Formats: sequence, C-alpha cells, structure tokens
Amino acid sequence: MKVGIPVEILESEKRVAATPKTVERLLKQGFEVLVEKNAGSRANFSDEEYVKAGAKILDDVKNLFETSDIILKVQPLTKNEIQLINSGALVASYLWPAQNQDILKALADKKINAIAMDAIPRISRAQKMDVLSSMANIAGYRAVIESANYFGRFLNGQITAAGKVDPAKVLVIGAGVAGLASIGTANSLGAIVRAFDTRKEVREQIQSMGAQFITVEIDEDGSTSTGYSKEMSQAFIDAEMALFRAQAKEVDIIITTAQIPGRAAPKLILKDMVESMKPGSVIVDLAASTGGNCEVTRPGEVYNYKGVTIVGKVDQLPSQASGLYGNNLCHLLDDMGKNEKFKIDMNDDIVGRAMVVYNGEINWPQKPLSVSAQPSVKKEAVVKSETPAEKKGPAPMIIGSLIFGLILFIIGKYSPPEFLSHFTVFVLSCFVGWQVVWNVSHSLHTPLMSVTNAISGIIIIGGILHTKVDITSPISILALVAVVVATINIAGGFFITHRMLKMFRR
Amino acid sequence: MMTQGIQTVSYIASSILFILSLGSLSNQESAKRGNIFGIIGMIIAIFATVFGESTEGHTILLIMMAIASIIGIGIAKKVEMTSMPQLVAILHSFVGLAAVLVGFGSYMDEKNQLIGGAAHTIHLIEVYLGIFIGALTFTGSIVAWGKLQGTIKSNPLIFPFRHTLNILMVVVSIWMMLGYLNSPPSAGINTLIYMTLISSVLGILLVMAIGGADMPVVVSMLNSYSGWAAASAGFMLSNDLLIVTGALVGSSGAILSYIMCKAMNRSFFSVIFGGIGNTSSSIQSAAITGELKPVTIEETCDLLKEARKIVIVPGYGMATAKAQHAICEFVKKMKDQGKEVTFAIHPVAGRLPGHMNVLLAEANISYDIVHEMDEVNPHLPETDIVLVIGANDIVNPSALEDAGSPIYGMPVIEAWKAKTVIVSKRSTGAGYAGIENPLFFKENTRMLYGDAKKSVDALVHAI
Repeated sequence: MKVGIPVEILESEKRVAATPKTVERLLKQGFEVLVEKNAGSRANFSDEEYVKAGAKILDDVKNLFETSDIILKVQPLTKNEIQLINSGALVASYLWPAQNQDILKALADKKINAIAMDAIPRISRAQKMDVLSSMANIAGYRAVIESANYFGRFLNGQITAAGKVDPAKVLVIGAGVAGLASIGTANSLGAIVRAFDTRKEVREQIQSMGAQFITVEIDEDGSTSTGYSKEMSQAFIDAEMALFRAQAKEVDIIITTAQIPGRAAPKLILKDMVESMKPGSVIVDLAASTGGNCEVTRPGEVYNYKGVTIVGKVDQLPSQASGLYGNNLCHLLDDMGKNEKFKIDMNDDIVGRAMVVYNGEINWPQKPLSVSAQPSVKKEAVVKSETPAEKKGPAPMIIGSLIFGLILFIIGKYSPPEFLSHFTVFVLSCFVGWQVVWNVSHSLHTPLMSVTNAISGIIIIGGILHTKVDITSPISILALVAVVVATINIAGGFFITHRMLKMFRR
Repeated sequence: MMTQGIQTVSYIASSILFILSLGSLSNQESAKRGNIFGIIGMIIAIFATVFGESTEGHTILLIMMAIASIIGIGIAKKVEMTSMPQLVAILHSFVGLAAVLVGFGSYMDEKNQLIGGAAHTIHLIEVYLGIFIGALTFTGSIVAWGKLQGTIKSNPLIFPFRHTLNILMVVVSIWMMLGYLNSPPSAGINTLIYMTLISSVLGILLVMAIGGADMPVVVSMLNSYSGWAAASAGFMLSNDLLIVTGALVGSSGAILSYIMCKAMNRSFFSVIFGGIGNTSSSIQSAAITGELKPVTIEETCDLLKEARKIVIVPGYGMATAKAQHAICEFVKKMKDQGKEVTFAIHPVAGRLPGHMNVLLAEANISYDIVHEMDEVNPHLPETDIVLVIGANDIVNPSALEDAGSPIYGMPVIEAWKAKTVIVSKRSTGAGYAGIENPLFFKENTRMLYGDAKKSVDALVHAI
C-alpha cells in the first residue's frame, strides 16, 4: 500500500505528518511512502533526507493524492484536497470533529475513511498514538519558554551581591498533560508554581511535578470517566472565579490549559482579572485555538493588553513535534496490522472510535469508554473487604480474655507453689520477649533469628546438669550428646550472627 | 566451686544480658553489641552451671564443649550467605534434638523419681511436652533444611485427610500421656519412645506440606518451637534461666512468624497446623490480557540512562543467582552517574525473614539505601525505573486487584506504579505461589530474560 504525505496547506502549520525517521519506520512496516516536494521544509526536513530514508518525492500534489491509499496529514483536509483524494482512501489527521461538521460531511459524501487523531480514546493501550498528549507536552513546555521570553525578569529567585531577586510566581490552570509539562518546566526554571484543576485526583500528580495544588473549598469533583473534566456547577464556578481573582493580583505568569472536548474553552480569566495583574505580567493561553480561557485572548496573536502580554499562539517546535506526531501515526498503522494484514476493524476500541467517518457514514459523537484512573468499582471492593473485619468487634477479645483467665485460674488452683513460681517467670519472660522483639528492625530479622537460635542453645544447661561422673551410664551418654549438639548450635549461631552483623554498614 | 546463691545471680545476669542482646537488635548501630551481650551471657551461664555444686564430670564436659565449639565455628565460617536459611534450619534441629535428649535424661534421673504427688505429675507432663516439642522441632527442621538445600522437593506435599491424620497423631499422643502418667517410675520409657516417634512423623508431615515460598514462616515457626522446647526443659529441671531464655526465643519466633504471615496475608493458625501452601480457592482468577515485551541489554541501558530515580526490588532469584555483588557494582556505577538508587525489600522476600538485607549487606551495599516496602510504596509513582531482580509474587498486582487470586490481600511492592518496570527473570514461568503475574503484561513493563547475575553483569559493562 502507498502512504502519501502532502504539503500542509495552512501557512501557519509548520509540522509535517512524517519525518525521515518515521518514513523509515513506515517502510519497515511494509508501506511505500510518497512525499510531496517541500513537505518537510517548514519543519526543517529537506527532500534529500526523505529520499535518503527511502521515500519517493512527487512534484505534483494531484499525482500524490491519486496514487496514495493512505494519506497522513496534520491539519484536516481542505475542501480542495477532498476534491483530489480517491474515494475509499484512508486519511489520518487532526479533525476536531465537534467543530468541523461540514468537513465530516464532505468526507462522508466522498466515502473517505477518516481517522481523527484528536479523537483517539485515551486508554492505556492507545497512549502511544495519543497525539493530544504528545503535542500537549510540547505546548506545555513551550508555554513556559514563551512566557519567560515576554516576562522581563528572572524566573528563579537569586541572592546576589547587588541585592535579592524574588522568584516569579506562576499559576497553571488545568493539570492535563500540557499543564503538568508547564509545571515541570516552570519548576525547573526556579519559579514558584501553583496549579489549579477541578479534578481532585490530579492533586498528587501536581505535587509530584513540584507545584502547590490550590483548590476551592467546595466538594465537587470534575473528573469524568472519559478522562476529561466536565463543566462544573455555578456555585463552584463562582468560588473558582474568586480564587482566580485573588491569584491574579499575586502571580506574574498565568498559563491556562483548560479545554472541554467538543466545546469552546471555558472563560476563566476575565477582563478585570487581567487588569488587576501587575504590569509586565504574562498570560499564555494554550486554549486559544478553541476560543481561549482568557477573555481578552486573540487567537494566533501576541499583544499587550494594558501592560499585560497576552500570548495567543505558541510555537510548536515543528521538527520535534513532527517526529512525535509521525510516531503516533506509525503506532496507529502498526496497530491496524501494518501493510500485510492492514484492516479497518470497527470493533476495535481505538480504530472504531477514532474513525469518525467510515463508509460514507459519520461516526460522531463516539460511544463513551471509561479510562479514568479513579475506578469506582475498586472502592466497592475495599468496602467489602472491610466489613467482615468490622463485624468481629470486641466479642472475640472478651472471649479470649475469659478463656485466658480460666486457664490461669485452673493452674493456680491445682499447681504446687514451686511450679507457680516458675510459671510466673515464664509468663513475664514471654511478655518481655514480646515487647523487645517488636522493636527489632525488619532488616535485622535474619540476625535476630540466628542470635535467638544461638541463645536457645541454653538447653545445654540441661545436658550439663545430667552429666554424671560415670560417663558410661545411659543418662550421661544422652546428656553428653545433648551438650555437644547444643554447643555446636551456640558456637555456630553466635559466630554466624557476628559474621552477618559485621557486614551491615552505612 | 560456686554456691547455689552465686549460681542463681549468675543466671540473673545471663537473663538480663540475653534480653539486652535482643533489644540491641533494634538498629544496625547497636546490633553488634547485642551479639556480644549474647555471647557473654552464654559464657556466664555455662560456667556457672559447669562449676556449680551439683555438677559432675567437669573435664569431660569441657573437652566435649571445646570440640563442639570448634565444629560449630567451622561450619559457621564456611557457610555462604546465600545458604544462611539452611544453616539456621539445621541449627534449630540441634536444639530440638538436645531437648529430646534432656527430656529422656530427666525422666531417667533417679533424683526426679523420688518426688511424689502433684509435683511428680507436673514433672512428668513437663518431660512429655518437652520431648514432644523437641522431636517435632528436630524432624521439622531437618525437612526444612532439606527443602532449602534442595535435597527435598520444595513443592508442598498435600494428601487427603492430612489434617485428620495430624490431629489424630496429637490426640493419640495425649491419650498415651494419660497411661504414662499412671505407670510406675521408669516404666513409662516405652511410651515416651513411641510418642517421640509419633511427634517426629508429625514434624515431617507438617513441614512437608509447606511450599518453597512459605519457608520464611516455617523457619521462624521452628525458631519459636525451639524456644518453647528450651522453656519446657527449664520447667522439668526447675531452672529459671532456661525458662526465661526459652520464653524469649519462643515469643521472638512467634512474632516473626506473625509478621511473615501478615506480610503474606495468611492466617496464623493455618501456618501452625501446617500446609499453608494449599489454596483451594474456587474463584476463577481474572484472565490476563496483554503481551510480554522483552528488552535487550542495550535497550535497558538506554532506559537507565534516562532515569533519575531507580528502585531495585530483589527476590529469591537474586539469592539463587548470587547476583548481589554484581548489583553492588551496578549501584556504584549508577550513583557515579548521579542517579538515585534505592532498594525496596518485601518482608517475605527470600527464604528467611530479612534474608535480602543480609545478602545486600554482604555485597557492601549501605543499609541507608535499603528500605522496607512501606517506606518505598508511596514514592513509586515518582520513580523512573523499578528493576525487579528475581522477584515475582511480591510484586504481583493481583494481590490487590484480583479477588480470585490465591494471594489476594497480601501487601505487595507496587512496582507497576513507576514509569517503567524492568523485570530480570530466568524464564516465563510462574512464581512460587504458582500463579501468573499480570505485572509482566503491563504496558510499562519490559522483560529482561536471562540469569540475574549475567544480566546485571552485562548491564554493568554496557553502561
């Protein structure tokens, strides 16, 4: 089968669907690869590199669309491109199906099978094809770099001979892949990072990346079973706004990453909040492409709003982004059976959902699939296992104590005093042993065993006491054998303990 | 010659020293001192007894003890750290044997036959119990030794009516005791011999029914039994030092068994009655989906190069491959590259409680970087790579996730929470518990096949 890589029509799209490296992978999977002339030039890949990797360069885009069975792109096909493509061909690209109904319809009319890379379900098996994650990671990193660029100060705090420099305070809203990447980058540049997310389950992730998790005091969890966050209640939103308003006055940089699939991005940073920020502050809006989280964001633009730099576009590091995107595509084709066993399996969890147009039919919105890391089933299991333990209650304890008391009573009633004095020693020793041994460190359990083993050789005393002058008497023989084995035990036990303990060192 | 009074205070000193000895094991710093306390206590006790008023045959005793000490130290010097479990097991059997012999000696001693009444009956019971526990410990420890050494197959020997038979043997022993108590002096010796045989068989059966992975419980249980045997000898000889020491050892072993049981989610009683290897769970275990993803040494090196935090989880496989020294080299190299390397030890890793700690200490690995399971688990999500070396059941996620699994509920090291898990393993076989491990099939797990020592050596060279 032939895989075609056309030039991206959109000028501002610098990425390309295949790099020379991923071309090699595609060839390994058995595909033939056709690349349009200059397809990689904006991502800094020359045609020679593609040829070297084994691809065929085509001058004419028409020719490319006609001969290819599979088209790999970054941006959705334009109306013109849909004219050129063969019916029945497979296209994999970004599609944003929720916003691009007309393109879906045009694709369906021409019976083109289209995979929306942005609609790959977020299950663990599909992680290697998840372009949202791979691209978001880049965007998150880049957002911090851009903001540092426009922010005219150090990010890290310093104490120099000339005076003290305070670290910058960064607020990251939304702790998805992009948000977490931002937190990590900002943190490693030395800034003080705070992060907000409506989903409680990401608290640990935020903290592990080095940010402080800030939240509102309303008990409502924004996580859904699809791995995205849902829209919250009005009370929650009010509290959230109050929190952002307070934070805006304090922080120097705000990075917003909040997106809700298939809808415009929620407006989180309102005009008055921007105005309350210190002059020279920066807002990077990663949701700009879906309308922006900030009220004054201009998508695709960087401009100064009353002293605050609003960044509405983030450079994509095109060559690396292309590499990652290309890898995602390779994994997808690999999962679909490579060249030899290539098959569109609509029952497959991944393909069946990402294939938003199939055989002339629009397969959108997709069926839900649960992926959240907080399965509610597990909770039930935990509760179940706890109930029997709770039922036990104090009853066995009381019964146990009663039995113990009864045994003590019987022993006290019928035993001679001499036995009782020994019995006292025995019970108290058990208690002393119990108290002492619980304090022994886990790592010293083997030495504990060998030392108690050596000590239990104290039974040698029994042997010694039974030894008679006449060593040929049966008792003496028994006793002497006992003395010998017990001594071996004592000497061996202590020596091996000594050997072991000598090895333990810092 | 020592008077009775001096002997008694010597015994008090010994008891205190023994308690201090165990107490000092609470941390590594004081542990060495603890062993010395134990040795001093033992020497005081032996000398106070040998030179006591009622002791005869000093010369022969001293000669015998000198020879036996040389034998004991000789064995302890030669043994390799990896075969420590076997040594501990065989030493337990010695205590058991000594208890049996002392019991018979005490029964035959004319002094004891002169006392009458309740005291006599109690003495007889003490002798009977002491011999019973001693014989059980003796044969049980030998079987445990054989299993650890590999001379006896390590899979559990399960046969029908096993529990019934075991209980029957105990009941017969008790019934025989009633006859023995009423028999005239010295005439009960035959009954004692029969009981010894029954108890020996019981010891064999109990330990035979236990599988390889449950050995830590068995060894600590036998440790406990050997203590109770010493304590019962103390009762029959009316010797408080023996009682104190026996009780100390007995409770120490009991606590160890309890800790081990909890670490494996087994009930304490099923262990005492033996045969804990049997899992008659009828619930179907969840099927495992996914594939095994093997890696080469080079790929592993690449992964390691990227990593910053590495946790190593050793298991019994490390002991059998004697890989601890290679691992030490590996840790050194990783540390030189500025990586953070720690160890996570599961309480039941290996064949003895604390077995892994001893092996790592032998390889000169600082105990500061060797942590317990509970310390490590919360930090695993921030860990880049978990390197599992020769461990299986202790990193099995079904213990937490799969209610049908035989090890469900056992606390495990949650290796799968790390970014990447590399499992060094000889082959694709199941663990000692004989169950599949879904960890190997997880998305972030890579399998590094081959002998643990060779793999680690190769890694050291390739890095």
